[in-house]
Amino acid sequence: MAHNNDHAHHSAGSSPALLNDSRLDAATLIDYYRQMVLIRRFEEKCQEMYTKAKIGGFLHLYIGEEATAVGAIAALRPQDHIFTHYRDHGHAIARGLDINALMAELFGKVTGCSKGLGGSMHFADASKNFWGGYAIVGSHLPLAVGAALGMKMQRKDSVVMVFFGDGATNGGEFYESLNFAQLWKLPVIFVCENNLYAMGTPLEVHSSVTEIYRKACAFGMTSERVDGNDVLVMREAALRAVEHARSGKGPVLLEAMTYRFRGHSAQDTQKYRTKEDIERHRRNDPITRFRALLLNEGIATEQQLRDIDRMIDDQVEAAVRFADESPEPGHEWITQAGVYAAPIAVDPPIHGE
Amino acid sequence: MPIITVREALRQALHEAMQDERVFIIGEDIGHYGSTYGVTAGFLEKYGPERIRDAPIAESGIVGIAIGAAMVGMRPIAEIMSVNFSLLAFDMLFNHAAKIYAMFGGQMTVPMVLRTTNGWTQLSATHSQSFDVYFAHMPGLKVVAPATPYDMKGMLKAAIEDPDPVVFIEHTLMYTVKGEVPEESYTVPLGKARLAREGRDITVVTYSRMVHLSQQAADILARDGIEVEIVDLRTLRPLDMSVALESFKKTNRAVVVTEDWQSFGTSAEIAARLYEHGFDYLDAPIARVNFREVPMPYSRNLELQTVVTVDRIVQAIRKTLS
Ligand SMILES: Cc1ncc(C[n+]2csc(CCOP(=O)(O)OP(=O)(O)O)c2C)c(N)n1
Ligand SMILES: [Mg+2]
Repeated sequence: MAHNNDHAHHSAGSSPALLNDSRLDAATLIDYYRQMVLIRRFEEKCQEMYTKAKIGGFLHLYIGEEATAVGAIAALRPQDHIFTHYRDHGHAIARGLDINALMAELFGKVTGCSKGLGGSMHFADASKNFWGGYAIVGSHLPLAVGAALGMKMQRKDSVVMVFFGDGATNGGEFYESLNFAQLWKLPVIFVCENNLYAMGTPLEVHSSVTEIYRKACAFGMTSERVDGNDVLVMREAALRAVEHARSGKGPVLLEAMTYRFRGHSAQDTQKYRTKEDIERHRRNDPITRFRALLLNEGIATEQQLRDIDRMIDDQVEAAVRFADESPEPGHEWITQAGVYAAPIAVDPPIHGE
Repeated sequence: MPIITVREALRQALHEAMQDERVFIIGEDIGHYGSTYGVTAGFLEKYGPERIRDAPIAESGIVGIAIGAAMVGMRPIAEIMSVNFSLLAFDMLFNHAAKIYAMFGGQMTVPMVLRTTNGWTQLSATHSQSFDVYFAHMPGLKVVAPATPYDMKGMLKAAIEDPDPVVFIEHTLMYTVKGEVPEESYTVPLGKARLAREGRDITVVTYSRMVHLSQQAADILARDGIEVEIVDLRTLRPLDMSVALESFKKTNRAVVVTEDWQSFGTSAEIAARLYEHGFDYLDAPIARVNFREVPMPYSRNLELQTVVTVDRIVQAIRKTLS
C-alpha cells in the first residue's frame, strides 16, 4: 500500500519520471490535455447556461478534479464498464461521450444522452458501457459490484470502475460493496475522489479515518492513495489497479486526492471555506500542471496547445447551438411506454392511455 | 394433472429458469443452510456456488448487485429472506431498479426478480409485516403476488423472462397450499386478474393468501344460499381491474380483503378504483377487511384478533349484503 499524505501542497509541475512509459507517445499525452481542457470549458459553459436558465435543477461541477477522471479512465478498454455519481460530466467526457448529447441532456432535450429524462446527474451511454451517474450518495457501488459479478460469470476479462466521493465512504453501501467485491474477488476498481468535502462538511468532520484508502484494510483489500491532480500519476495507479482486477486478483480501492474549485453545486455559497483556501489549492490546478509538463518536456508547443484550446472553444459553442436547436422529448416519455421496457396494458388503462 | 404444493411449484419454476445460463440466485441462506422455506433446497448441490450465491446479510448489497448484474446481461433472482428485511434494500429497489429504464431514456433494462415472502405466526412486530403497497406504489416496478401453485409456477417463470424488474411476493403460510400444476413448462402473463370463484350475490376482490381465506368464507356462506364471486388480482402493478369491475357490475356489492394495514393500503387503491369506474353500479358501501392497525402482537390470542380471519370476511360480506 502506497500513500502520499501531502495532498494540498504539490509542486507546480507534473511528474516527468512517468513519461518513460512507452505507451505514452506525444499524441496520447496531448490528448489527455485536450480531454481535461474540454471538461473544464464544457463546465464553464454549463455554469453560464445555468445562469441563463437554460439548465435547471442541480449542477455539480467537476472543475479542479479533471485529472482524476482522465487519468483513471485512460487505463480502461472500451469493453470495461463505468458507474459514477452525480458529479458525472468529467467521467462522461473522458469516456468519450459526445458533448453535443451531453449539453442537450442538460438542456432537457431528446437528443440528450439520456433523452432529456436524466439531466446533469444522470448522464449515461450504454453503448460505451457508461452505465450512468447516480444521485443517491454511495448507492451505485453495489450496482458496480453486480456488473463485475456479471463479467466474472460471463467469463469476460472486463473490469468495472466506479467513482464516488469521500462523503460516500461513510454509508453502509460502501462497506457492503467492499465486502462483496473482496469476498468474491470481483474485478472492480473503486475510485474515491477525495476532494476534502462532502457538500460543505470537511473530511475530518465526517470521517473517523481521513485516509480513506485505509478503509479497505478491514476487508483485506489492496488500496492506494494517489495524487488525483496529476493525470499521469492517476493513470499509473489506475493501470496497476486494472491489471490487478483483470488478472483475477480482486478489487482495488484508489483514493484520489483532489479538490473542487467550484461550489458543491451551483447553489453553494461556500461558507465552509475561504477564498484563500481555494487560491492555495489553485496552485495545484491539474491542467496548469500538465500544461507546464508538456511545455517543459518539449512534448507540445505553446502554439499547439493554444490551437487545441481554440478548437475546444468552438466545439463547446457548437454543443450549445446543437442543444438549443434540438427538440424536446415528447409526451410518450411520460406514458407507461417510457417507464417499462415491456409495458403491460391494463383495463381500465392508467391515465386513460 | 399432478397436485403439488406452492413450494414445489416455485421449485419447478426455478429449476426451469436455471436452464438459462444467465440466471443465478443470490440471497441469504439459500444454499448451505438449505433455504429458509425450503424453496431452493438442493439447488447448491445441483448448480454449484457460482449460480447459487449464498450472500452476506446485506440486503441493500444483494439487491444492488442483482440490479448491476441485470444491467450487463444476467438474469438475477434476488431472494430476500422475508419481506421485513427488504426495507434495507428499498433504496436499491426504488431509486435504481424502478428508475433506471426511464431515467436514462430507455437505453438500459433491469431484468431482475426480487423474491420475498410475507407472513406471520407469533413472530411479533418486526417479522409479521406486508409492504405490498410500498412496492405497488412505485412506477417502474412490476409487482405480483399469486395465490395458487399453478400461478406461482407460471408467474415466476413470466417474471424471470420479463425485461423489467419484478417483485414477486410469496407468503410463509402458503408454501404448503396444494393445487394442480402441469409438469411441463408454461407461463402465466403478468398483469392479468382471474376469476377464482363464480357467484351472483357479492364480489370479493383480493389476492395472495387472502384468496384462500375468501374461498373458505364463501363455502360457509354458500350453506345459507349466498353466492360469493372471488376475483384474484394476482398482479398489483400494473393493476388489472377489468375482472373485478365486470363482477362488480353484476353483483353491485364488493368486499376488498387484503392482508395489510387499512390506511393508505392496497385495499384503499382497489376500493377507489371500484368507486371510480363502478359508481353507477353501487348498491352498498364497499367494505374492507385488513390487519388491525397495530404493530403485530406476539401473544397468540391478540395476534389472531389482529390478522384477517375467515370469520371477519364472513361478517363483512353479511354486513355488505344486509
Ligand atoms: C443518500 C444521500 N444523502 C444525501 C444526499 C445529498 N448530497 C448530495 S451530494 C452530497 C455530498 C457528497 O459528498 P462526496 O461523496 O464527498 O462527493 P462530492 O460531492 O464531494 O464529489 C450530499 C450530502 C444524497 N444525494 N444522497
Ligand atoms: Mg467530496
